[in-house]
Amino acid sequence: MKPGFFVREALRSIGRNAIPSFAAMASVLVTVLVLGVFIPVVQATTGAANEVRGRVLVDVYLQKDATQADIDRVRDRIQSVETAGKVEFVSKAQAYQREKARNPEAYQLLGKNPLPDTFRVTPKKPDDVLKLRDALAPAGVSGGRTPIDESIESVKSSKDESTKILTATRVVKLAMGALAILLVIASVLLISNTIRLSLFSRRREVEVMKLVGATDSFIRWPFVIEGVVLGALGGVLAVLLLAVGKIALVDPLAEDFALIAAPRTIQFGVLAVLLLGASVLVSAAGSGLSLRRFLRV
Amino acid sequence: MAIVERHKDELERRAGPQDRAPAVVEFRGVTKHYGTEKAGLTEATFSVQRGEFVFLVGSTGSGKSTLMRLLIKELEPTKGTIKVAGRDLAEVTRRKVPYYRRNIGIVFQDFKLLPNRTVYDNVAYALQVTGHSRKEIRNRVPDILRLTGLSTKLHNYPDQLSGGEQQRVSVARAFVNHPPLLLADEPTGNLDPETSIGIMQLLFRINRTGSTVIVATHDAQMVDRMRRRVIELQRGRIIRDEHSGLYAPRDMNTAEFGALLREPAPAPKRVEKDPIDELWGDEA
Ligand SMILES: Nc1ncnc2c1ncn2[C@@H]1O[C@H](COP(=O)(O)OP(=O)(O)OP(=O)(O)O)[C@@H](O)[C@H]1O
Ligand SMILES: [Mg+2]
Repeated sequence: MKPGFFVREALRSIGRNAIPSFAAMASVLVTVLVLGVFIPVVQATTGAANEVRGRVLVDVYLQKDATQADIDRVRDRIQSVETAGKVEFVSKAQAYQREKARNPEAYQLLGKNPLPDTFRVTPKKPDDVLKLRDALAPAGVSGGRTPIDESIESVKSSKDESTKILTATRVVKLAMGALAILLVIASVLLISNTIRLSLFSRRREVEVMKLVGATDSFIRWPFVIEGVVLGALGGVLAVLLLAVGKIALVDPLAEDFALIAAPRTIQFGVLAVLLLGASVLVSAAGSGLSLRRFLRV
Repeated sequence: MAIVERHKDELERRAGPQDRAPAVVEFRGVTKHYGTEKAGLTEATFSVQRGEFVFLVGSTGSGKSTLMRLLIKELEPTKGTIKVAGRDLAEVTRRKVPYYRRNIGIVFQDFKLLPNRTVYDNVAYALQVTGHSRKEIRNRVPDILRLTGLSTKLHNYPDQLSGGEQQRVSVARAFVNHPPLLLADEPTGNLDPETSIGIMQLLFRINRTGSTVIVATHDAQMVDRMRRRVIELQRGRIIRDEHSGLYAPRDMNTAEFGALLREPAPAPKRVEKDPIDELWGDEA
């Protein structure tokens, strides 16, 4: 109807109800801060867990005398296994370079290269690692294992380690998911209660407005705009604080800790926009909906 | 007032009602119970014609405010029908109620001012609700506030005003829309005699422009002086309804009785334009 009038009404009301307005804004601010910290932390943790799971793989060692033709044939055979994902070839020479760089003195002593050509096979799903190993080297009747190709010397995957990694990371992921859900519920409850309290203290005002002939929407719009303004204010402040925290604390540390630098955390800009949008929406909808009860005069 | 003038006035006041249907307000067997037992109003039947000025009297708790609140559809009657300008209030939907209320000026017994607004803004709100322009509001509000003697308090908040001053703000807000029907619940309850007279004069002036006015009051002096129609309630029942009544019934002396007898029957008269015709204008 009259946007200018409604906006002026909303601002005037924020000014006149400074304390409830401040409380509403503060609750949005705190919620956004907590969410803003926890979303990247949850992401980094699950990302790290996934990365650890990604490290679960099967090593296929070839015979010392394997020719290029053998190598190609084995690669084909491995790739035709259903559970096999990425197949990476590490040649003798590459392996030697890598190990030598890691441990120069020991390799100095050895003189010649003792390492075989290797395929590092990542399973499509980390949980399938043992299936993959069994597919590449089915257990024989005697209990020993026979690889699927005579050029393969052996197939190795540490069974204990893999299962440990898999269960541990699963627990971490579930815990993080539960925490995230709880946080969102807590945020919505906190904000809606604050709004309800501040509206309750103005119930009489709404009653009087109705008695002098104001329509529901005439009363509601200023309240909704008020919610938008307070939500945006709280959101912007929280995002600013988050940015300061990121620049002052996280960024310098990120160079030292792999976990924080985990690549899968959300971009800060995207996070900021998401949080702002959510805080504005929640507080606007909250004010509009909570008001309904008081409009029945 | 000279007797001739008064007589002329009286004729004017009585003129027309029978001629101009429907009644502005019509109560038919209206009963209002609070909760299951507590009776606020019992079997009230009366009607008020256009342009009438009615005093509603009765001891405290007799149901005057209940009657007013029923009229603005703040309460629903337990039984009976209420018609305003020919329209049954039961048919007015929740969505339409605000538009209905805009045509009624109400002075509340407990003022009902908006605590977070200045005197000026409280009165202006009644105009903003009906979509008046800012210019109109700037023109009208200071006028009505001057009329009610509040010119120096424009920017005070209700909690910075005396009881009487708050009451005047309530009166100003009810007048500012020039409503065809004006309800005033104790408009002079907290005022000194002089201001009371001022408010009554204002009500009277509004009444003369064609508005129907219903005033609930305990102000015996005022009722006795103005000599308008009086409806008396007692424990929710109407026990007296008389024209040119007094606050308390009393035996008429012979001279008055004679005067009443000599009074000629009023001639029917039609008022050309009556604001009450626009009361349901929003419907059209
Ligand atoms: N909301 C309510 N709930 C229960 N009873 C009520 C309610 N409002 C009014 N009453 C009762 O209804 C009766 C009529 O009340 P009402 O307010 O109409 O009186 P009144 O004539 O306006 O009195 P006063 O002159 O003191 O203003 C009273 O006995 C009162 O106690
Ligand atoms: Mg009362």
